[in-house]
Amino acid sequence: MRRLLGAQELLGPALLVIAVALVGTVVSTSNASYFIDALVKVAIVVALYLFIGNSGVLSFGHISFVALGAWTAGVLSVPVSEKPAIMPNLAHFLRDRATGNLTSLLLAAIVGGICAFAVGLPLMRLSGLAAGIATFGVLEITHNLLRYEEGIGPGLNTFSSVPETTTLRQAAIGALVVIVVAYLYARSRFGRLLRATREDAAAARAVGTSVYRQRLIAFTISGLLAGLAGGLYVHLLPVNTESVYLDLTFITLAMLVVGGATSLWGAVVGALAVSALDSYLAVAENGTSLFGWHIDLPAGTRVIVVGALMAIVLILRPAGLTGGREFRLWPRAA
Amino acid sequence: MTFAFLNIDWQTLADATALGAIYALMAVGIGLVFGVLRLVNFAYGQLVMAGAFALALASEWGWPVWAGIALCFASVLVLSMLMDRLVFRPLRGHSPAVMLVATFAVAFLLQSLALIWFGPLGKIASSLSSLNQPVTISGVDIRKITIVAVVVAVLCLVALSLLLERTTIGLHMRASSMDFQTARMLGVRANRVIGVAVLLSGALAAVVAVMLTVQNPLVTPDFALRDTIIVLAGVVLGGMNRPIPATLGGFAIGFATGLLGGALPTNQSQYVPAFVFGAVILVLLVRPGGLFTRRQMAERV
Repeated sequence: MRRLLGAQELLGPALLVIAVALVGTVVSTSNASYFIDALVKVAIVVALYLFIGNSGVLSFGHISFVALGAWTAGVLSVPVSEKPAIMPNLAHFLRDRATGNLTSLLLAAIVGGICAFAVGLPLMRLSGLAAGIATFGVLEITHNLLRYEEGIGPGLNTFSSVPETTTLRQAAIGALVVIVVAYLYARSRFGRLLRATREDAAAARAVGTSVYRQRLIAFTISGLLAGLAGGLYVHLLPVNTESVYLDLTFITLAMLVVGGATSLWGAVVGALAVSALDSYLAVAENGTSLFGWHIDLPAGTRVIVVGALMAIVLILRPAGLTGGREFRLWPRAA
Repeated sequence: MTFAFLNIDWQTLADATALGAIYALMAVGIGLVFGVLRLVNFAYGQLVMAGAFALALASEWGWPVWAGIALCFASVLVLSMLMDRLVFRPLRGHSPAVMLVATFAVAFLLQSLALIWFGPLGKIASSLSSLNQPVTISGVDIRKITIVAVVVAVLCLVALSLLLERTTIGLHMRASSMDFQTARMLGVRANRVIGVAVLLSGALAAVVAVMLTVQNPLVTPDFALRDTIIVLAGVVLGGMNRPIPATLGGFAIGFATGLLGGALPTNQSQYVPAFVFGAVILVLLVRPGGLFTRRQMAERV
């Protein structure tokens, strides 16, 4: 019975994602792209939640792993015949090879995981501000290297001609996979230990928990999921170094904070709520009408509204829209 | 005269010193607010950006230089007071991470406001461009702005340390940054101390805006964004808790960036951000509390 009650924490997020995907199938093709984008954002934000939410350590660096995943999947899935046009200086072993869709996503996840492990190995000793700045450094370094290393990707160019395989179904499956992994992790011994270190690091140490090791495990899994999400992202739209940098970091952190950073439910709700608002504003920037009023917002309004929303939520409800609690159909018996 | 190593000449050295001086001022501006509020202001660069746009508008309207600088100071000071009132004050006492994320949001908000008002191409602030003329000192050409920047930075730092060491409000600020609760109990007025810190930090942002627009007259919505990220790294590198280490950290990272950027050939200097942030991470691993501070004890039960 207790296990059943625990499973409802998975039920809410999963049903919400399925519902969004189902709604996405009935809208027009041009609007469906907003739904796919929202589902990929869910995957990224849940990956962020797995580390930030459970450990309480701020990371500005996760978009690096999204970027690396996108680069891996992108480089491997551009057809061999098109590679010289987009990536003239590509290294030899990448030039003559192309993989299928699923393989590229898997490899994206693996690369994300390996890089997160390598970065986490030294970095997970840090907390607080030092951790925030160091992970920011990781983002800067990744961005800098991907921008100028033309042996491993398009450099300043955009990833065009990557097959656009991230359909509604694939994005939904991807988001569900990420949610299930995050749920299983949070329920596992590791997840519980890491949350213990979040609540009171000194007490957790006193009962024999290695804060460093627990954080490293979470960071690696989180990087793995972020890499997968990056793979989905590059198969959705033409990515370049700027689209996996500060703006994406900002919007995904905003989603996590608005929803409630300490729960899976919060991550999913935040990602979908901010995506919905953001997509609506994107439509409104091109002119739309609401209740008979013609709305035509200037470009840039989206970021202003999302930024203001994030600041207001932080001030009024620092624990986020969900209060950082998990989804429950009925309240826990006393 | 040229050093053999890395091809550093006196001009590069002077430019790097000027960049270090400007970054030191930004570091003090960020450090002052952090001292009293425990808040890392990610939106500091947007204050500088606002000041730069004020200068650009003034030069577009054909205002005299002094009026442009006055407008720059006025707009930055008003904006920083608004920021304090609308964002910092409601967030007071929250965890540092929450406040950092909130100022991150404010930074993006201000940047997109600038994008809507002034467009992505930006404006040109040209009224002080005469400072880019070189003067020759014993055979070395040095731009006037380099000298001005260093002199102004030194003057600002001296004035600030006099204020902190010799006046009552300075004493209050130092007391608050050591222990805000105790200082309040001993009769320090919280809002007054925070207000002064925010205003001083805003004034420094205005000074930085003037200097940076001379060096780089094209003012775009992401003006000073990169600089802020680098300075923040420098401040944490030096040691966030005390003003002198923070200033030194800001200077060091500015000097290093300027030197590497000027001395390396282009195909290597494009990797300067990666070098600098790699170094920052290395230092943080060895000394998480900062380079120029004493080692602190970990929390124990």
